[in-house]
Amino acid sequence: MRTLLYFSIGILFGITMFKSEAASWFRIYEMFQFNAFHMYGIIGSALFCGAIITFLLKKFKINSVVDGEPIVIPNKESGWKRYLFGGIFFGFGWAISGACPGPMFTVLGAGFLPIVVVIAAATLGTFCYGLLQKRLPH
Amino acid sequence: MIEFLLQPWPWYFSGPMIAFVLFLLLWTGKSFGMSSNLRTLCAAMGAGKNLSFFQFDWKAQRWNLVVAAGAVLGGFIAANFLSTSTAVAISPATILQLNEMGILDAGQSYMPEKLFSLNAFGAVKSIFLLSLGGFFVGFGARYAGGCTSGHAISGLSNFQLPSLIAVIGFFVGGLIVNHFILPILL
Repeated sequence: MRTLLYFSIGILFGITMFKSEAASWFRIYEMFQFNAFHMYGIIGSALFCGAIITFLLKKFKINSVVDGEPIVIPNKESGWKRYLFGGIFFGFGWAISGACPGPMFTVLGAGFLPIVVVIAAATLGTFCYGLLQKRLPH
Repeated sequence: MIEFLLQPWPWYFSGPMIAFVLFLLLWTGKSFGMSSNLRTLCAAMGAGKNLSFFQFDWKAQRWNLVVAAGAVLGGFIAANFLSTSTAVAISPATILQLNEMGILDAGQSYMPEKLFSLNAFGAVKSIFLLSLGGFFVGFGARYAGGCTSGHAISGLSNFQLPSLIAVIGFFVGGLIVNHFILPILL
């Protein structure tokens, strides 16, 4: 039952990523060229609505609809190095592959099979972070 | 309504839909963070044997893999049943620029053929670019503790300074590669 619930949310997410064109390499390229408002409109309006949703969930201490437990939205650890350095690495990859970790799966479903190379490499990249974690500035 | 959904979705519909997905995940007691799946995949493949970073109860993260599997089906449905055309109408300036760089299907398709058609599997350069891009995405997302969904949407919606720093990083890295490296690599 829960599996079906999360699977359905995933389907909705996948459809949204494809239809919004946020999963398109072209849109990401265009975004970094500042040649269109589209991606900024998507992120901006998602943020605007997301901030209201997050605020209301916290203010009214809404419980999870699944198990009645309080909804916890954990704060990110403080610091800046990992966020800036990690963010820059992520940006390198985002600009080259035009794919972030959500849309990757959407693109696979849409039938662009070479994305498996991106997904495999991203998994390897994640593994390498685990390997080097203790030696990296955080 | 159906006619509207079959067209590419405008930003003012897409953004709130993403926020709705965020809401559904928070409301069901989870969080919106897709790159965590890559860590879960590593742990599921046994990376926890030697590395403490992958020693966690990955089965508790199974729900997120299910979301990712749903996203695959969602992409299939959207591409095959919810689109009259999948051409992405990027700006004429971008089309011109990409044409000059040898990406001739800009404005006519969803993904550049050079990187995402089956022929890409036989092209060393394409495989190199896809691997390099993917590697940085996976490495950077975990180093930064999140990706576009975890930081740019969830974190910023919760007014988290670390997420703002991460998003600034995304753009610093992305702008450098887009403007100075891609013209050479493509």
